[in-house]
Amino acid sequence: METPLTQNIRPGQEPLDREAYERAGGYQALRTALKSMTPAALIDAVKNSNLRGRGGAGFSTGLKWSLVPKDAPHPRYLVANADEMEPGTFKDRLLLERDPHQFLEGMMLGSYATATDVAYIFLRGEYTQAAKTLTRAIAEAYAAGYLGKNILGASYSLEIHLHTSAGRYMCGEETGLLNALEGKRANPRTKPPYPGVSGLWGMPTTVNNVETLSCVPHIVNHGAEWFRKLSRTADGGTKLYGASGKVKQPGLWELPMGATAREVLDRAGGMREGVRLRGFLPGGASTDFMTEEHLDVPLDFTEPQKVGSRLGTGTMIILDDGTCPVGMVWNLEQFFARESCGWCTPCWSGLAWVERILRGMEEGKGQEGDLEKLTFQTKFFGPGHTFCALAPGAAEPLQSGLKYFHDDFERHIREKRCPWG
Amino acid sequence: MLTDEEREEIEAEATHYAVRQAAQIDAMKIVQKHRGWVSDEALGDISELLGVPVTELDAVATFYNLIFRKPVGRHVIYLCDSVSCWIMGSAEQFAHCRARLGAAPGETTADGRFTLLPIVCLGACDHAPVMMVDDDLHTELEPAKIDRILEGYQ
Repeated sequence: METPLTQNIRPGQEPLDREAYERAGGYQALRTALKSMTPAALIDAVKNSNLRGRGGAGFSTGLKWSLVPKDAPHPRYLVANADEMEPGTFKDRLLLERDPHQFLEGMMLGSYATATDVAYIFLRGEYTQAAKTLTRAIAEAYAAGYLGKNILGASYSLEIHLHTSAGRYMCGEETGLLNALEGKRANPRTKPPYPGVSGLWGMPTTVNNVETLSCVPHIVNHGAEWFRKLSRTADGGTKLYGASGKVKQPGLWELPMGATAREVLDRAGGMREGVRLRGFLPGGASTDFMTEEHLDVPLDFTEPQKVGSRLGTGTMIILDDGTCPVGMVWNLEQFFARESCGWCTPCWSGLAWVERILRGMEEGKGQEGDLEKLTFQTKFFGPGHTFCALAPGAAEPLQSGLKYFHDDFERHIREKRCPWG
Repeated sequence: MLTDEEREEIEAEATHYAVRQAAQIDAMKIVQKHRGWVSDEALGDISELLGVPVTELDAVATFYNLIFRKPVGRHVIYLCDSVSCWIMGSAEQFAHCRARLGAAPGETTADGRFTLLPIVCLGACDHAPVMMVDDDLHTELEPAKIDRILEGYQ
């Protein structure tokens, strides 16, 4: 089984420096692209690879790149979204800390495809190790002529800057991120215009996730068809899947796109002794619960939707039977309520109510009618009522929690206590 | 007054952006790196340097989790309270820190050594429960381990 994303990553080993990365075949894709591919040909290759955005939304990467109009003005920007703040998600950390040059090469290729002049890495402030690793890798790339003016003798020039954020979940949202990079509060922007047309300082801007960009050198090196065939489904490539919670060996594994939760759980050694699986969030806090009956659903961008969930970031959070499902949903909604940027009323107001009701249930103050109120709120801050997708994301674990763990919610109200408390 | 060092670091960041005002978040982080927090006086100095109104700086400062507008202890403990750590027993770690430090989340110890803060998911969920102390990540926490770790931060 091929594992291109993690092929240079060995447990307990320092990340490859520029020379070691080159010896492993690194920066060959950049050379190929600059010498023999037009930006349009590169975009076509990525389109044909069926690479879809790994930040959670799953938008076609090639299509996103093509949304920058050909005659668009300069400077153009590209931003690598390295603001990994989705609870339960720890995949981009690995790629940033352990193979920084693979990621930088992907950024360079994405920048070349979109005729970008300046690219930013938007890194969450808490990723201090990644900041050190990237700072060193960027300096190495400049010294080797992979960045700066006339890269490798070509007419193309590119600057990359590292921006470390001051921390807020909203910064991971594409338009909130643009405001944060401009030094403002990370409130969302109206779409359209899309960032490809009008992004940073009103200029064309492309925003891609770290894992997405890290895939691109491999597409250039091996071709779109090879990349598509890594996957078991129509979505191309491999995927970093993860598991956290009460499994024997929590971790991350690069598997073909379309691997199942059962396979991921197997890699994790199964559940710990004494507890059983009750459900899981397939890809971070803002995805709908799935349960034991969904263990064989291929985890790609299509199949989980058929059972009411979505791939999200692909890092599963496991709920076991020794953990209170209402408490878990409360914890999640507490996060969303606290991190809401405050821009849209359904989000800041609705989430505060939800958090209060769930806390009440956990503290033995649940009341008749609470479940109806919670259900109403999932519609209130569900799709279509807010500028960005984070509020609908907050509705996902709540609405599916109410569906799959309905009896547990009712028991909290009836018994006026948390049965796990 | 900003020190020469702070001013140089801020100016270096300002060159990265199309407009220098965009460096306001970097500027506050730089001041905080040197002084531990961002005072009203520092906001005024940054305002002058970057041409951003103080009110906007304050609006931005209070939006972000990692900019402090009040003094903090010599070391800041960021204990994760998000979902994977919660499942793995972060409540026990919070209770332990609170008892040991005599400071609730959001408070500073009487000797000014530690400030205890809850923090959102730190992206190390396969090693939950986790915390950061200043710039360092610490994983697989339990009370005795927390005690040993904190000894390293005088």
